[in-house]
Amino acid sequence: MSEEILQIRDLEISYGGIDAVRGISFNVNAGEIVTLIGANGAGKSSTLRAVSGLIKPKAGTVTFCGEDITGKDPNAIVSKGLMMVPEGRRIFPNLTVLENLKIGAYLRDDDLEQDIEMVYGYFPRLKERSWQEGGTLSGGEQQMLAVGRALMGRPKLLMMDEPSLGLAPIVVQGIFEIINRIHEAGTTVLLIEQNANMALHVADRAYVLENGKIAAEGTGRELLADEKVKAAYLGT
Amino acid sequence: MEYVISVLLSGISVGGQYALIAIGYTLVYGILRLINFAHGDVFMVAGLLGIYLTATLPISISLPLVIVLTVALGFTIERAAYKPLREAPRMSVMISAIGVSYLLQNTATYVTGGQPMTYPTIPFLSDTVNVAGTQTKWVVLITPVLVLILVIALTQLINKTKVGMAMRAVSKDFETSRLMGIKIHSVISVTFIIGSALAAVGSVLFFTNYPAVTPTVGSMPGLKAFVAAVFGGIGSIPGAVLGAFLIGICETIIKGLPSSWDVSVFSDAFTFALLIVILAFKPQGLFGEAATDKV
Repeated sequence: MSEEILQIRDLEISYGGIDAVRGISFNVNAGEIVTLIGANGAGKSSTLRAVSGLIKPKAGTVTFCGEDITGKDPNAIVSKGLMMVPEGRRIFPNLTVLENLKIGAYLRDDDLEQDIEMVYGYFPRLKERSWQEGGTLSGGEQQMLAVGRALMGRPKLLMMDEPSLGLAPIVVQGIFEIINRIHEAGTTVLLIEQNANMALHVADRAYVLENGKIAAEGTGRELLADEKVKAAYLGT
Repeated sequence: MEYVISVLLSGISVGGQYALIAIGYTLVYGILRLINFAHGDVFMVAGLLGIYLTATLPISISLPLVIVLTVALGFTIERAAYKPLREAPRMSVMISAIGVSYLLQNTATYVTGGQPMTYPTIPFLSDTVNVAGTQTKWVVLITPVLVLILVIALTQLINKTKVGMAMRAVSKDFETSRLMGIKIHSVISVTFIIGSALAAVGSVLFFTNYPAVTPTVGSMPGLKAFVAAVFGGIGSIPGAVLGAFLIGICETIIKGLPSSWDVSVFSDAFTFALLIVILAFKPQGLFGEAATDKV
């Protein structure tokens, strides 16, 4: 049994009286890729936002590496090694590519050279454009930059919110290959996706979110074969 | 000829003093999208602090202390009046800023009894010097040089340092900045600290050449500095500085026109009219970004 890196217990989130997440529990073990899939509005993004500290949950606990981080500030959570690739990439358009990478390591004071080279190794395109402003990159390049930026924080857990959103299928393919490589290099990944097919293929385990509750769980392969999941999310 | 030189010199000097105030407006706007209406009054308080502190302490202590206390004031205003409204609509923060502006003015009236206070003569700054045949004060020569040095230092800070990088990041996206581990409230405080420090330096230079400090004395320079910032493209530091120099030179030239023309009383009106014309052709200001509202 491998070590639990992230543990969510009975998490509830509401916005102005509307319950977005209604008591979900799940966990991510060290070395895994875990994915949360579900339709728009199922509560996936809210869950990630609560884990990263951007919003305070109404109830429940979030434990990261054995420490209760429920309701803590993002700053404190990042410092423990939890980085997020936000939905819509959200790179800083007015910073150069290199600065965007450096800012991912904002809380570190040590030498960044090695990490920058590592990111450039994953994404050679970024190296070519390192002096360009982030806003001048294409959507796919911005997604690479957002992933690279998060890696600069040397995350123990990398959370990705809809990395495939709005990207061409060929680019999505590339992003998922990189997710696999990052995972093989030893990073634990929590992935949120509407593209269930892609997500289930890379994931070790998956949870299906419906209306703020977990409707199904299993290994990626199990869910790919599940009739209900097939009908609702895979369109087959 | 000599007259022209003296008018230009004094225009550049006044412009430099506006520039030091304008940077405070443009920095805060750049990061909070807030017009900090209290900034001109912070400048006024710095003037009063200069009067009270130099009365009891030697210049070498009192002037640095003016800067330190003005910074403390700017920091406190942000924490007390703006930070609690971070999630509120921008209009609410603006009203809070107007409230702070009046609080400072009324407090100044209470403390001074509403009497105009004479700014002390600062040795060296107030000494006269001969330039190309015209008599002027050292402050007139020193101001543009000092402004240039401070502006270069500030742009280096913003473009080359980690805190500068954080300021640029926060100015674009609060939430993602937080996800990078940046404490956005600290970064916002830094912008208020820089803005207040520059306003304090500006107050020493400005009031050395100005008859008296009154509780409302910050309004006009504050307004002109704000306009300079808008003219330069609000959010842009080089823009604010250039705008401030232009306004300073314009108004000094108009004031310096022959008295028989009888236009000097309209110097402010003409200056603003000129800006309206320029903005009509370049609505974003000189170096402003295309209108993108913050998401």
